[in-house]
Amino acid sequence: MEHIRMPKVENVRLVDRSSSRRIKVGTLYLTATHTIFVGKGSEDRCELWVLHSLVCNVVKHKASQSGYPLLIHCKNFQVMQFIISQESDCHNVYISLSRLSRPEKYEELYCFSFNPNVDKAEREHSWDFLDLKAEYSRMGLPNKLWHVTPINREYRVCDTYPADLFVPQSVTLPVIIGSSKFRSRGRFPTLSYYCKENHATICRSSQPLSGFSARCLEDEQMLQAIMKSNPGSRFMYVVDTRPKLNAMANRAAGKGYENEDNYCNIKFQFIGIENIHVMRNSQQKLIEVSALRSPSMGEFLMGLENSDWLRHIKSIMEAGIFISKAVAEEGVNVLVHCSDGWDRTAQVCSVASVLLDPYYRTLKGLMVLIEKDWVSFGHKFSHRCGHLDGEAKEVSPVIDQFLDCLWQLMEQFPCYFEYNEKFLINIHNHIYSCHYGNFICNSQKERKDLCIKEKTHSIWPHLWENKLDFMNPLFKPDQSQNQGLLRPRTAPYCFKYWRRLYNRFDRELHPRQSELDCLMTVKEETQQLEEDLALCEQVEHQIFNYHPHKSKQALWSLPLDTSLANTPQDYIGGFIGGAPNVFTLQQGERESAELCLFGDKPKSSDADNSDQESGVADFSSHSSGEESLPSEDSVKDPDSDETGPNRA
Amino acid sequence: MEFAELIKTPRVDGVVLHRPFMPTVEGTLCLTGHHLILSSRQDTTEELWLLHANIDSTEKRFVGSLGTIIVKCKDLRVIQLDIPGMEECLNIASSIEALSTLDSVSLMYPFFYRPLFEVIEDGWQSFVPEESFKDLESMTDEWRLSEVNKDFSLCPSYPSLLTVPKDIDDESLCKAASFRHGGRFPVLSYYHKKNAMVMMRAAQPLTGTNGRRCKEDEKLINATLCAGKRGYIIDTRTIAVAQQAKARGGGFEQEANYPQWRRIHKAIERSNVLQDSLIKLVEACNDQSHSMDRWLSKLEASNWQSNVKEILTTACLAAQCIDREGASVLVHGTEGTDSTLQVTSLAQIILDPACRTIRGFEALIEREWLQAGHPFQQRCAQSAYSNGKPRSEAPVFLLFLDCVWQILRQFPCSFQFNENLLIMLFEHAYASQFGTFLGNCVAERGKLQLSQKTVSLWSWVNRPQELERFLNPLYEPNNLVIWPSVAPQSLLLWEGVFLRWNRSTKCLDEAYQEMVHIIEYNKELQNKVNSLRRQLAQLETEDKMVADLK
Repeated sequence: MEHIRMPKVENVRLVDRSSSRRIKVGTLYLTATHTIFVGKGSEDRCELWVLHSLVCNVVKHKASQSGYPLLIHCKNFQVMQFIISQESDCHNVYISLSRLSRPEKYEELYCFSFNPNVDKAEREHSWDFLDLKAEYSRMGLPNKLWHVTPINREYRVCDTYPADLFVPQSVTLPVIIGSSKFRSRGRFPTLSYYCKENHATICRSSQPLSGFSARCLEDEQMLQAIMKSNPGSRFMYVVDTRPKLNAMANRAAGKGYENEDNYCNIKFQFIGIENIHVMRNSQQKLIEVSALRSPSMGEFLMGLENSDWLRHIKSIMEAGIFISKAVAEEGVNVLVHCSDGWDRTAQVCSVASVLLDPYYRTLKGLMVLIEKDWVSFGHKFSHRCGHLDGEAKEVSPVIDQFLDCLWQLMEQFPCYFEYNEKFLINIHNHIYSCHYGNFICNSQKERKDLCIKEKTHSIWPHLWENKLDFMNPLFKPDQSQNQGLLRPRTAPYCFKYWRRLYNRFDRELHPRQSELDCLMTVKEETQQLEEDLALCEQVEHQIFNYHPHKSKQALWSLPLDTSLANTPQDYIGGFIGGAPNVFTLQQGERESAELCLFGDKPKSSDADNSDQESGVADFSSHSSGEESLPSEDSVKDPDSDETGPNRA
Repeated sequence: MEFAELIKTPRVDGVVLHRPFMPTVEGTLCLTGHHLILSSRQDTTEELWLLHANIDSTEKRFVGSLGTIIVKCKDLRVIQLDIPGMEECLNIASSIEALSTLDSVSLMYPFFYRPLFEVIEDGWQSFVPEESFKDLESMTDEWRLSEVNKDFSLCPSYPSLLTVPKDIDDESLCKAASFRHGGRFPVLSYYHKKNAMVMMRAAQPLTGTNGRRCKEDEKLINATLCAGKRGYIIDTRTIAVAQQAKARGGGFEQEANYPQWRRIHKAIERSNVLQDSLIKLVEACNDQSHSMDRWLSKLEASNWQSNVKEILTTACLAAQCIDREGASVLVHGTEGTDSTLQVTSLAQIILDPACRTIRGFEALIEREWLQAGHPFQQRCAQSAYSNGKPRSEAPVFLLFLDCVWQILRQFPCSFQFNENLLIMLFEHAYASQFGTFLGNCVAERGKLQLSQKTVSLWSWVNRPQELERFLNPLYEPNNLVIWPSVAPQSLLLWEGVFLRWNRSTKCLDEAYQEMVHIIEYNKELQNKVNSLRRQLAQLETEDKMVADLK
């Protein structure tokens, strides 16, 4: 609380980014966990809640006539613009928010104060919702080829790995220890995915400390053992997901990549996925493009191209395809690494797993996959997501890219995923929100030391409870199951811009009617009808005891946002949302006096139409899921948590 | 018979057909007057029947005595035929070349095609101007149907019957016609029932450099304004282009002469630019080798999506003026047969729910494109693979369909038809067994006696068996005006046309089938539940009657 210089500012104006015309006046509150904007007046009452942990940066803009603008960019791609009338107020809010959005200690994060109405037992139970042991046994492990080594139980061999790790039965403890000493941060080769059908596996590690010539017998034995654990294959792939140049540069620092001559029967392969810094810059450019105000088609497409984002997504996808084909088609083991083995390695292992195994295309399966490949294997969520104030260079959208790859796959295979894109967007939101403890810290060990399970809640059961919102109505489980390996196409035009994520809060950019929502409504109603039908048939049987039952009117209603459907943008000059009758003329036309438009009718078009859609209504629906239930991520979709901060 | 002379080798055996995402087929290639046929003579494999009129260009290559002909079609498909024997290959290639570039309209396939179905409703009679005027009459008595263009002498590209303000006599119309490019004086395009505002279309006024004016033209369009109201003139050209047009005798409405009107200039490209855009786009889509960045650059450089955005924006603007500003609108560009029609027809789809039904959409195309004189014959003579000197080809109609598709994507429940209808219209506009898109205007179609000698596309589409394919399972009538987003993020590449032959649609078809299934199952259950409920209710009443009797 000591960071809040200004708990409340009156007469703050909230500007709708799609239209500077739509302005809401209200009061801005700063609490320990949220920035809250409450609109004045009864009819345009609205509330906007933003978690401090979601705030990416706060920028003061040059003072305008109307006051001092403050721009807040969020990690979930929401952008808010407030205008504060007093400079000192604006500065105070700026300073407070800058500090509040950059906590220095884990304890300051929202998940430690978030306290929904559940008892201790229930909270502890929430952490048992996913069980990685069960996941490995689903894969068919342990078996006579692979077993769990106790070597890392105390995180002594590798403090960024989980406690339980699968290694080939034949590998001895000295080999593991020797191999771990020859790998960056002790991340020795260990199993990520096992294919029951043909015993082929995906293993992961960090780069070897090979320098220009160093070798390590134990590490070579380790790879040999992995290769032999797959009885059917005579060689294995070692996939270095870095560009060759990067890997070579690492040799100078005593790191590097495997020398094919030193290892028996390995095929070494580079796959050029760029490093976290390139990816960070790429996403930064992408966000800039997505946030452009009424760009021309050229600006948008060139911006998208110059960001290189889709090129990176393609390279990750291609790596996943390579690995999944090696496993499914060649039946060959693959060892994947990058530098540390927690970024690109996590991406490509999980993409390959989704292609290989239909289970990961189910709701529960995706949760398990993220828990396994990302959380347990030490993807550095705190660093990559910038949960705490720290090194900006550590931040990188590595997991965003994984979710983007999944979305691309869902676009290509609409019937093979149990979940819909809302599920991905929701997960994305919570990775950054620090609302739950799952994505806090950089490793399992850190989470244990911090008692995350004792002090915070787990997101997974919460998502599971809301699974109806995340279901893909087109999902065909049998087909997905029998499909075998998914073979996505990788022609450039197959990679698309994920508007629903990057323009998530720009409602006017999305289709006004959603096929997804419509089908979900129909399916829900079909279920109701099935129940009605069963009831009717039952009643018919016992006709003499018949009492008319109350049943739902069975006509699926049009899930059409009529207010939106009935609101034009500004189609003149491309300034979307500008006053429709104040035509913004093109440069050059402005000079021509004869082109002046009517000046005698200065009223805004909102004033004379009966739309519910005004800036006001728009904001109010942004601000809370239900009228009385403000949610931290301030949008009316299933992302909103039932357990809103008002109960915190 | 002329065709026989052109066919040097009517039949070649052992020809191999390659198509993307399909197994190769070996079989016999036959050339007829109108078709290229490849048949494997096995029941299991599909035969290829390709209209010569669908062939946009061909290329031939030789490796030893094996010849290869690459056939590029107007529907953007590219197929490859491997033909053994150099002479055969050369003969086939030259025959295809000759047969696909026949100059005479009356040699086109529609004149030879005999339908295998019974024509129940003659499409030639389905959408006559008298009928749509009856609808108009039921809403307003401000308009009349003029026969001033009965013999097409006043305006060769207009139909014989035109809807004009009641108070303007034919004599004034003649004068107004002489003041407009091609005689296309302002006529009614759409009447907005909600607020009685109208949309008119015309060609550019012939003001020239010395600022000619025409009182009758002014009176004509002013007659559409209510007292004290003003209107908008939407000129689809930029002010610069409109200025240049003056030098060639064209121009735009001078403020001083049309004080009740405000002019807005937009920037819809001219037809030759659009054709170039299409060629570049298709080139980008077919380039298999390029990397990610080249793709987006090429897509951008083609300007296709920009064109879609500009056209859609202009249509939205026209709709906005009518519905939101409560103003009447006059739309024109230069000739009034291209960008003008894109704008007026799209605006109606936005404003008028009737245009979003299949029947209404057909009527719209009939009214705003065919009868309004869009020169289909010229515009669709060649498609994206034309390598000859461009004449007046331009994908004006395709762009319109693309824009409709964009709106359909944004309002997937508001259209009675689905994407298939739009793709089908694209195909038939370029090559068809039906006569609907032949000719450039009503007068030409009359001379060709299309309605007697050919079958109308609508006769076929409107058969219940065919219609089913074009129905949108998600359709729920929506009486609202639908305002699409024109932001670049909201406009997508129309894959169903441009990537149609470069992708396997298995997964997408599966998804579509599943969607249909979900909705049909729901309807089936509804019916069951309803009928059971009725039965139960009936039993209950009988029960009561029995009880009452007791």
